[in-house]
Amino acid sequence: MPDVTKTDVKTDAADPVGAAPVAKAAESKPEKSRSLWGDAWADLRRSWIFIVSSVLIFFLLLITFFPGWFTSAQPVLGDLSNHYLQKPKLGEVGSPDWLGYDQQGRSVYARVIYGTRASVAVGFGTTILVTLVGSLVGMIAGYFGGIVDSILSRLTDVFFGIPFLLGTMVVLNSFPERTTWVVIGALGFFGWTQISRVMRGAVITTKQSDYVQAAKALGASTPRIMFRHILPNTMAPVIVVATISLGVYIAAEATLSFLGLGLSGVSWGNDISDGGNSIRVAQWIMLYPSIMLSITVLAFIMLGEAVRNALDPKMR
Amino acid sequence: MGRYVARRLLQMIPVFIGTTLLIFLMVYALPGDPVRGLFGDKAGSPQVIAALRHEYGLDQPILVQYWNYMKDMILHGDFGTQIASGRPVTEVLGDAFPVTMRLASLAFAIEVVLGIALGVVAGLRAGRLTDNVVLLITLLFISVPVFVLGFIAKLVFAEQLGWMDPNVNDSTDYGQLLMPAIVLATASLAYVTRLTRTSIAENRRADYIRTAIAKGLPKSRVVGVHLMRNSMIPVITYLGTDIGALMGGAVVTEGLFNIQGVGGTIYESLVRREGTTLVGLVTILVLIYLLANLLVDLLYAVLDPRIRYA
Repeated sequence: MPDVTKTDVKTDAADPVGAAPVAKAAESKPEKSRSLWGDAWADLRRSWIFIVSSVLIFFLLLITFFPGWFTSAQPVLGDLSNHYLQKPKLGEVGSPDWLGYDQQGRSVYARVIYGTRASVAVGFGTTILVTLVGSLVGMIAGYFGGIVDSILSRLTDVFFGIPFLLGTMVVLNSFPERTTWVVIGALGFFGWTQISRVMRGAVITTKQSDYVQAAKALGASTPRIMFRHILPNTMAPVIVVATISLGVYIAAEATLSFLGLGLSGVSWGNDISDGGNSIRVAQWIMLYPSIMLSITVLAFIMLGEAVRNALDPKMR
Repeated sequence: MGRYVARRLLQMIPVFIGTTLLIFLMVYALPGDPVRGLFGDKAGSPQVIAALRHEYGLDQPILVQYWNYMKDMILHGDFGTQIASGRPVTEVLGDAFPVTMRLASLAFAIEVVLGIALGVVAGLRAGRLTDNVVLLITLLFISVPVFVLGFIAKLVFAEQLGWMDPNVNDSTDYGQLLMPAIVLATASLAYVTRLTRTSIAENRRADYIRTAIAKGLPKSRVVGVHLMRNSMIPVITYLGTDIGALMGGAVVTEGLFNIQGVGGTIYESLVRREGTTLVGLVTILVLIYLLANLLVDLLYAVLDPRIRYA
């Protein structure tokens, strides 16, 4: 018989994120009713995707805050006697020679370690900025509706219509010195639209609820209704989008650096771009930052995936 | 239907004006001056510079420049003149767009065919090994940035195996464009696969599917007609927004494989402060994006007869 005849329980039971044991546990023993967040947390703890990504992110944060714990070499100190054509000494884990040297005699390992900070900072910074701006715009558009909504929605359409990468390229091109803040600002300038749309949709649904009407009837002020009553119930979809976009912004920063329009300092994208010139003779200059970048993006996208599976009731 | 299309086209006008104005302001707010750039290392006499600036209309207030630019563009199809070469921008666009169109449409075809096929296979086997393997692979595809993927493809297929040239020499040859197109399509392919999978996995338990099976329809018809048609809406929505993204995202892929398309032209005009070229290219990308979205909305009605546009 076709697979299509399978019952609901069967399909859920085989959910790849391990929702199955949770569902069974919930059925077998009577528990006091949990909130959406309690449920989500219980789901998350049992999801292997969440565990793997958390461990990875924990290490990334360690590297970000304490790069000195991982290497004694300096990322910007070039010593041309360390010729870049000599093969990396893969046996000597953690030494400056470990992953070889780049064209200017700088330790690739040290650059990989110190480059983490730039990526993680841009990822978190942009996500926070985008979440704040997007939520605010979406909340105002959704709550007030009417002409305010029309104007803000068209504004969102305008920013959404410009290709993301091209827009940030144009903005960044006008800054000679591109610090972390400048890159965050440029990515955020075009990035807030998605959260704003999600938030607007969630607010419009929540606004109809009885408890919001009740709060209004009791004479609660507009900010109070918006932030105390509506906001907590619209956070779930926003958090899902924000978590996934963390990884996306890290990849975007590296892409911009790769094009020569990203951060001015130590950054994986810059190293991958430089290493690309020596790809025939010294693949490692490009390879190790690429691996590290991919693992980082993967970790944050997996985290987003796990959070979405936990928060989206449809996935249960 | 006709009225709906007319209303949607009218709604596109403010968005189109807003987007082009934003791009225009951003580009012209850039420091640097293409006219001074014409003189290279020499200073250039102030009179000549002033005359050239006047000729290109750069001495007028920015909003007047925008108004003139849009007027010429809409009334005469004139996108201005490229300052460094003196060529009309339409000519530059005419060279670059077909190349990127070929690359993007090849990538789009790969993403639609492979993405939907993989998604259907995974969705029908939701929760089993095939599904998990597909999910894992797509997760990897999403995580590896496109330029890393491009380098790996060049390293493996061009340097080690020697199956292809590292650069594209003839951009009309689809065989040479295949590898760049695959690289360009990978991330979108993964998204299409995942969307299709989720949608199929959700709909295959629906009542109408049970009815179709109970009627004794062959499996191919149940899946191919009943299930597919009802599962395609989120996928089509994504595909619609992706056409524009593919053309914009080609900046990186074109640079990697040395293809002379829109991406390369955009990058060049950005670095050389060629405002007119940049605005023209981005305007066309925005138009493509807006029209694709309109098309998607119309497709909804074809896929789901419950959606009617009065």
